[in-house]
Amino acid sequence: MLKPEQEASLRLAEFNSRRFFLRQCTLGLGGIALGGLLGCGGELATSPQTPTTATLGPLDLAPHARRVIYLHMAGAPSQLETFDYKPDLIKLHGKDCPPSLLDGKRFAFIQGTPKMLGPQANFAQHGESRAWVSDLLPHFSTVVDEVAFLRAVHTEEFNHAPAQLLMHTGSPRLGRPAMGSWVTYGLGSDNENLPGFIVLTSGGREPSAGKKLWSSGFLPSIEQGVQCRTEGDPILYLSDPNHMSRDLRGKSIEAINRINRQQHKELGDPETLTRIAQYEMAFKMQVSVPEVMDISKEPAHIHEMYGTEPGRASFANNCLMARRLAEADVRFIQLYDWGWDMHGTSRDTSLGEGLADKCRAIDRPMTALLRDLKQRGLLEDTLVVWGGEFGRTPMQENRGGTTNPFLGRDHHGEAFTMWMAGGGIRGGASYGQTDAIGYAGVNERAHIHDVQATILNRLGLDHEKLTYPFQGRNFRLTDVAGEAITPLFG
Amino acid sequence: MRILLLLIPVVVASCTEADPRVSFNADVRPILNAKCVGCHGGVKQAGDLGLIFRENALGAVVPGQPRRSELIRRVRHEDPEVRMPYEAPPLSEAEIQTLERWIEQGAEWEDHWAYEPPVPTPPSSPVPDGGNEIDAYVADALLASGISPAPAAPPATLLRRVSLDLTGLPPTPEEMETFLADPSEAAYSRAVDRLLASPRYGEHRAAGWLDLARYADSRGYERDRPRTIWPYRDWVIRAFNDDMPFDQFTVEQLAGDLLPNPTPDQLIATAFHRNTPSNGEGGTNNEEYRTVSVMDRVNTTWEVWQGTTMACVQCHSHPYDPILHEDYYNSFAFFNNTADHDHVWELPAVRIPSAALRGKIDSLQNWVTSYGTDAEADYWLRFLQTREPIVRPYYFEDVVGGVFTDRADEDFMVMRSGNSFLLPTTSLDSVEALHLLSGDRRDYVLEVRLDDSTGATVATYDSQRKQGSGPKIISLDSVRGRHRLFVTVTGEEKDVPLTNIYGFYFQARLPGAGRDNYAAVKQYIADLAGSRDSVQVPVLSDHPPEMQRTTHLFERGNWLVPGRVLDGGVPAIMPPLPAGQEKNRLTFARWLTAPENPLTARVAVNRIWGELFGTGLVATPEDFGSQGAMPTHPELLDWLAVHFATDLKWSTKQLIRLIVHSKTYRQSSAARPELGDDPYNQLLARGPRSRLTAEQLRDQMLAVSGLLSDKMYGPGVMPPQPDGLWDHIPYSDIKWETSAGEDRYRRAVYTYLRRSVIHPGLTTFDGSSREICLSRRTETNTPLQALATLNDPAFTEAMHHLVGEVLNETDDPALAVDRLHRRVLYRPIREGDREDLLQLYREALREYDGRQKDALFVVANVLFNLDEFLTKS
Repeated sequence: MLKPEQEASLRLAEFNSRRFFLRQCTLGLGGIALGGLLGCGGELATSPQTPTTATLGPLDLAPHARRVIYLHMAGAPSQLETFDYKPDLIKLHGKDCPPSLLDGKRFAFIQGTPKMLGPQANFAQHGESRAWVSDLLPHFSTVVDEVAFLRAVHTEEFNHAPAQLLMHTGSPRLGRPAMGSWVTYGLGSDNENLPGFIVLTSGGREPSAGKKLWSSGFLPSIEQGVQCRTEGDPILYLSDPNHMSRDLRGKSIEAINRINRQQHKELGDPETLTRIAQYEMAFKMQVSVPEVMDISKEPAHIHEMYGTEPGRASFANNCLMARRLAEADVRFIQLYDWGWDMHGTSRDTSLGEGLADKCRAIDRPMTALLRDLKQRGLLEDTLVVWGGEFGRTPMQENRGGTTNPFLGRDHHGEAFTMWMAGGGIRGGASYGQTDAIGYAGVNERAHIHDVQATILNRLGLDHEKLTYPFQGRNFRLTDVAGEAITPLFG
Repeated sequence: MRILLLLIPVVVASCTEADPRVSFNADVRPILNAKCVGCHGGVKQAGDLGLIFRENALGAVVPGQPRRSELIRRVRHEDPEVRMPYEAPPLSEAEIQTLERWIEQGAEWEDHWAYEPPVPTPPSSPVPDGGNEIDAYVADALLASGISPAPAAPPATLLRRVSLDLTGLPPTPEEMETFLADPSEAAYSRAVDRLLASPRYGEHRAAGWLDLARYADSRGYERDRPRTIWPYRDWVIRAFNDDMPFDQFTVEQLAGDLLPNPTPDQLIATAFHRNTPSNGEGGTNNEEYRTVSVMDRVNTTWEVWQGTTMACVQCHSHPYDPILHEDYYNSFAFFNNTADHDHVWELPAVRIPSAALRGKIDSLQNWVTSYGTDAEADYWLRFLQTREPIVRPYYFEDVVGGVFTDRADEDFMVMRSGNSFLLPTTSLDSVEALHLLSGDRRDYVLEVRLDDSTGATVATYDSQRKQGSGPKIISLDSVRGRHRLFVTVTGEEKDVPLTNIYGFYFQARLPGAGRDNYAAVKQYIADLAGSRDSVQVPVLSDHPPEMQRTTHLFERGNWLVPGRVLDGGVPAIMPPLPAGQEKNRLTFARWLTAPENPLTARVAVNRIWGELFGTGLVATPEDFGSQGAMPTHPELLDWLAVHFATDLKWSTKQLIRLIVHSKTYRQSSAARPELGDDPYNQLLARGPRSRLTAEQLRDQMLAVSGLLSDKMYGPGVMPPQPDGLWDHIPYSDIKWETSAGEDRYRRAVYTYLRRSVIHPGLTTFDGSSREICLSRRTETNTPLQALATLNDPAFTEAMHHLVGEVLNETDDPALAVDRLHRRVLYRPIREGDREDLLQLYREALREYDGRQKDALFVVANVLFNLDEFLTKS
């Protein structure tokens, strides 16, 4: 595996050839493998107005991370029960929320005057960084020194689907490409046999914005995230029909490609050569995908470490798969875990029980993921990101003006916590502060576009230069804003 | 890329050498666009200098005096701190001289080519034998390059190409045999006419149009509920099959509801703009998402009809084109008065009644036509079609106690005992009753008083006297003049919601009182109002004048920061709206198709050209502005545009007929060494070649295997897709239920399209996600596509079926392979290919213990995956 500085020089060498055959350097092809085989094929049917590769140079910035594992807690976990310790809120518990926190503000469900709600967990400081973590995350509190916290992230969106879209596509509306698509568009992928952008979901449901969160939007569809499934084929249509043997499938693909080569001789369309290569890759993927997704052969101590149970859909299994995909050099590994929307309308959405259950389900595996990446030397060039789509109110939710049956908090975009670790991130760092009750950031606030700029920066991509022309203008992940948060950099 | 840059000046500016005069458009604007407007444009105007409008440019340009022009001083300056472009390589001496000569000659400005009206110039080359004017224009450009056109494509290739292009389907074996027996010009013309007359034509064209219309069978976002809008898809198919003139096609979709006495079809046409996604997630604000929809309608209209990137001026003036921030909201004003509001019920909707209701509707309609004035007839027609206008809670005034939820799934006013509000001033002269739309939760009495809380009671409703499930019809005392109505609700239980009010419909008095049957016909009003026995299609429906919304400019595009008021208009660069007409959608739609509009016909013919050739004459159909591509054949584009709008009377079929009769279209698509300098086929010296679209792939697979159903229209169908894809959508329990019978084998245009989980057959092959308008799909070539055509059970089912049919004819392996090949590829098999496939067949036969059917399936699997099969050549 290459170190970042080696990759830097390699990317420079790749660049000139990459733009000639980008459409082939798709599913994990990094360009190199097919470069010699395909020459400048694949451009005929496209046009100058439909770029299929990023127009930026490979080295806008020095890359510190080669890949990303993004853990998204769909539904938005409460920062006030996990990482943002607010003792003053204990004192205010049960008091009416002052009008200054309500006037001119928009909430999803709060109406009238809600009560303030003290933290529903106990906090302590951990590690050399003395980071506050609640007792809902006992395992994670042992690795806080690997992690940099962003404590005053903010967003304008306070409903799940738009906020998730903003977080992962840079816009709250439908139709933009996902971050993972932008990244594979900008960097290609290093793996020859696997997609460059893989998505794993857990928690029983997909996130509110669904498959749109890994859509390639207006980028070429080759950049779309590939969802690996736990039921049926891990990737759609991976299994051969009619009990066809591997040998026979191989022979049939040889026959297809032989006839296609003849076709190319007659018509000279370079797309035909691309197609030949893609059939070869499809044949390889039929083996490599199930192999990488199969966690059953991992040793017992690894299963113990993550708390995995092979064959079951869980966040723990997905964490272990994420490590395997990182080892296989998949560029962007996106996890979504459903079930964090603690409004207090039922037991499962209560801060007392629902949130504790969810924290229990992620605490051990996400800690294991960081330790496991570290012990394999992968953490230094893998950027791990954790967060939700927004935060929760310091007030108790009172849907329709009446108090909910369980303790819960409404959606809140003004301040919430995320963390990053690994590739190019300074462990133990902390950025941003919220006010005494965790309602809003008071300094070092970070907008979603800043978070995105930071992630791209660590991969060596300048968020202002990674653009794509569509509907008459150049679009980018960060829209017209965003600034990388340099204090986090290691 | 380099080739393109060289090519454009040759084609576009070929006259500059003969004419010493500098052309702003051909010579100057390209320099400004490439080197200057990034900092001195419509948005960023560094040093207060913008180079989009001449007035602004004059700050740095003194006409006639290059030496006194700051622009020249700066581009020539030796100090890199002062020289422009700043922190970039200096302009070349030739570029600077061009600018100097231009200033010397008076620094005349020209509008961008696309805003100048198209004026046909005859081609220099003659029309070739067997060709048409198109070929002459193409020859003009080819002459300059010294390249000759390609020979004609072989007849089999040509028939397959034109069949796929016109109907989306390959020819049948019989059609192919007929044509191969007589591939004459006349036979080709007959084939083209047959294809244009086929109902399959409309289905194919609709598939392309639905990308622009962002058509889907669901609403998008979190819950992604179903939407009943397939009648719009069927309208599009019919419109294409009937060859509805493009100007009418435009007006009906954008403003069919504002036409006099609109037919139900004209209302359904307006569903074009009800295809916008809506957000049903619990906490979302309806006004916010209504605003999002209106913006989408503005952007889509300008992209589809004008190739103009209006979305660029949502937040600020256009960075590159002469379009201002306020122009956006002047367009917004046209679309801002429809009654839709991101309502969960997707209203307003046109009702397509069941047969059972038809009689009552006809009777009522005949009645008002016979006994009412024209205005009364119009009023009742609107009642029958849409039940609009409804006065919804956002119009309620002086609300006391009532809580308007204005949330995704709760678009009503929650009323507790003692709560009240006022309905806005309206004329009550002819009003006979109020229809109350409400969801009742407890018993209550609703009282309506004239003007205010102390006015006379003019109507009362007691919820204990239930009227069934529909709206409650509350008769109103006869009142004259314009009044507000005070509405209050009282009940025994305090502080609990009594009813959720969605709105009121003001029902007029039925004309013809005293005639026979009056009472019976009047009863139909209640029957129809309460009936749910109809298909409801969301459509556009404007608020009446007194309920119109005020349009504000949004500062920086933020809907929460309204700026000054605007009432509708078009950019100054374009021809003005006709004087004396109401500023509404209909006027705007007619302006689009007026002869003066320089863009509509160009954009339309360019789209058709792009669909046939893979790339438009302007390669950016979505952007005819200064940042879009220049036309490769400007004279051809203009001639086609004018010909289309005048001689051909906007007939799309005639336009397509013309293009496919050109020799240019009928060329072979094979590569030739001399085309090496033109990899994108910008010179049109060969025929088109591109991978089939997602829809064509499915349809072709079903067609060649003999499975394809030709059933047309109706709700979306659910062909097989992998299990479980719909299982994990939050708060949604609707299921993908695989269609039975022939619905399993319908064309792709009928496949149920759910935005959150589009059928993988569409997404894998570059289909649109149907969330926003998409002018062209980006063609990719991926291993996931290979896996799909190799292994998708829908494909393998077709392969099995075809094998079965062939085995019914012969069990001789060599013959069977030949027949399979002919069924799939329409030509005799090459000797070498036969050997390869027979070899594979024998290997498969061993693996499958001699089961011929299984072994032949492997051969079919190969044939369905050949480049030749997947490509239009």
